[in-house]
Amino acid sequence: MASNSLTPQSDSLLTVQHPFKDKLSYLFRLLRRDKSGIIGLAMFTVVLFAAVFAPYISTWDPLDQELSASRMPPASNVAGSWSHPFGTDSLGRDLYSRVVYGARVSLTVGFFGVLIAASLGMVIGLIAGYFGGRIDTIIMTPINLILSLPYLLFVVFIASILGRSLINVILIFGITDSPVFARVVRGEVLRIRESAYVESAISAGARWVRILFSHIMPNLIGPIITLATFEMSAMIFYEAGLGFLGLSVPPTTPSWGNMLAEGRKYLANYPWLMTFPGLAIMFTSMAMNLFGDWLRDVLDPRLRRARK
Amino acid sequence: MALLLEVKDLVTKFYTVDGVVNAINGVSFNLNEGETLAIVGESGSGKSVSMLSLLGLIRTPPGRVEGGEALFHSPQGIRNLLKLTSKELDDVRGGQIGFVFQDAQMSLNPILKVGDQITETLIQHLKLSKDQARARAIELLTEVGIPDPELRFGNYPFEFSGGMRQRVMIAIAIACNPQIVIADEPTTALDVTIQAQMVTLFKRLRDKLGIAIIWITHDLGVVAGIAERVLVFYGGRIVESAQVDDLYEHPAHPYTYGLLQALPRLDSKESRRLVSIEGTPPDLLIPLRNCPFAWRCKHVFERCWKEIPQLYPVGEKHLTACFYDLEKGVVRND
Repeated sequence: MASNSLTPQSDSLLTVQHPFKDKLSYLFRLLRRDKSGIIGLAMFTVVLFAAVFAPYISTWDPLDQELSASRMPPASNVAGSWSHPFGTDSLGRDLYSRVVYGARVSLTVGFFGVLIAASLGMVIGLIAGYFGGRIDTIIMTPINLILSLPYLLFVVFIASILGRSLINVILIFGITDSPVFARVVRGEVLRIRESAYVESAISAGARWVRILFSHIMPNLIGPIITLATFEMSAMIFYEAGLGFLGLSVPPTTPSWGNMLAEGRKYLANYPWLMTFPGLAIMFTSMAMNLFGDWLRDVLDPRLRRARK
Repeated sequence: MALLLEVKDLVTKFYTVDGVVNAINGVSFNLNEGETLAIVGESGSGKSVSMLSLLGLIRTPPGRVEGGEALFHSPQGIRNLLKLTSKELDDVRGGQIGFVFQDAQMSLNPILKVGDQITETLIQHLKLSKDQARARAIELLTEVGIPDPELRFGNYPFEFSGGMRQRVMIAIAIACNPQIVIADEPTTALDVTIQAQMVTLFKRLRDKLGIAIIWITHDLGVVAGIAERVLVFYGGRIVESAQVDDLYEHPAHPYTYGLLQALPRLDSKESRRLVSIEGTPPDLLIPLRNCPFAWRCKHVFERCWKEIPQLYPVGEKHLTACFYDLEKGVVRND
């Protein structure tokens, strides 16, 4: 084929229109070429699996107290036992099962928090960036005001007013994090709106709806996905922080933050109380960073080539 | 040849922090059906701005089209482009008047498939179905000389070379069978061999589809290859209008003469130095009171500082805005 000599990099799979199934298999081929992507995906699958199938893979009810067996060390210790592989906490609850259940809170907060923040931020950023002028000023002033507040302090303040519940935590993170998305989206929209391809689309008769939905929005997917993965891992951190301060989900719910808070008192003598939830947080955040990085590259055809 | 576009006294200004930029100061010209009109001039002479003004592509603010009319003899009757609503303009743009920009590298959306960028125009203007649009897009890709159009349809712009991207832009411009294609320096960003291919392609499309072409360029060499008539822009005004051969043989404006002196010639036997035009383009912030070329003109005399010269007929279809008769070497008396 003549065209192949012009673009030796072009992948034969890229050049033909494919049904969805082929696209999916193509994504997996891309994934196979990328070690960090596959590691991230595998790690993330483990966390997701733990959250979804928590009742089946946990060995104890995470709320079951057994005071006679409180603060048992993990199984690696001579005093430990395999019936409690990560040991038990001060009320004798199985740490392994609690870590498994904790994934549910973290992922729920992370996922829905980011979903709300990204959708809200995208709408705000699109309006501000696309219409510009006075509308932009009116929208971005409060956004910049919120961004100039110390974030954790701001969240702690709202959380202590609203009280402890999962819905509240999700809403707090979703709303307070939306300015970050709004600002990134606005910046991107400003850049794209001035680009030559938008100008040439206008000169080909494109109306603003098409400019917005078929030229600007698809270009936002990459930056939003990247930001979303970082924000999601940040949210999991902050949720743990709130839990540590006693402001996240109610104390009866097993969450990594709550476990950190409980373990803090015994850190010197019973370090595993904080070690395991801490490791869980680290594992999840690393998984998302690796996977998100790969996802961004795949969603951007320009980077897809570079990645090969 | 029927009249297609009549532009009369077009005035465009830009209101900037530095003051009012008088970008276009009363430009009038006609375009006939199937004609190729070249617009030449240096950067900032208003050649692009005048075309963008016609189609409402000037960003407002700071820009504003302040006067004149542009009568477009479209199938729907004579319409003044400057008075159309933005919705009507959307239908004209890409529908009856296509646009090809200078920078094909950047004029395609990098994350949309090339084919989809062609079909969206077809679907909007011609109300084709997705499948019809696809078939037509592949036809168009063949038309502009892209090999393997079926495969290329699903490619992304980064998989195309610069010349091929420009071909795609041309395909988009001619997609809806326009009457006019405005090509804004379509060959400037390309190397010389590709430039020649583009000129050939444009000529072929013009002859086959009967499209009138307005070719904006600062390259007089390219003009000779494609245009029938040339407008020379200077300081936001037309300073000379002539048939292409006439212009090369009998330039009537000192600026045009200067431009031709600055071109290397292959047909002259003796070697000669290329002559540049001394001085700088006029400052468009200052409202025009005299000939915009007076500061740089070798033949300048008293009257040039007092009046703005209007276009004089100096030959068949040949107009110039100069008080000095370059051929005879005397001041024109009128």
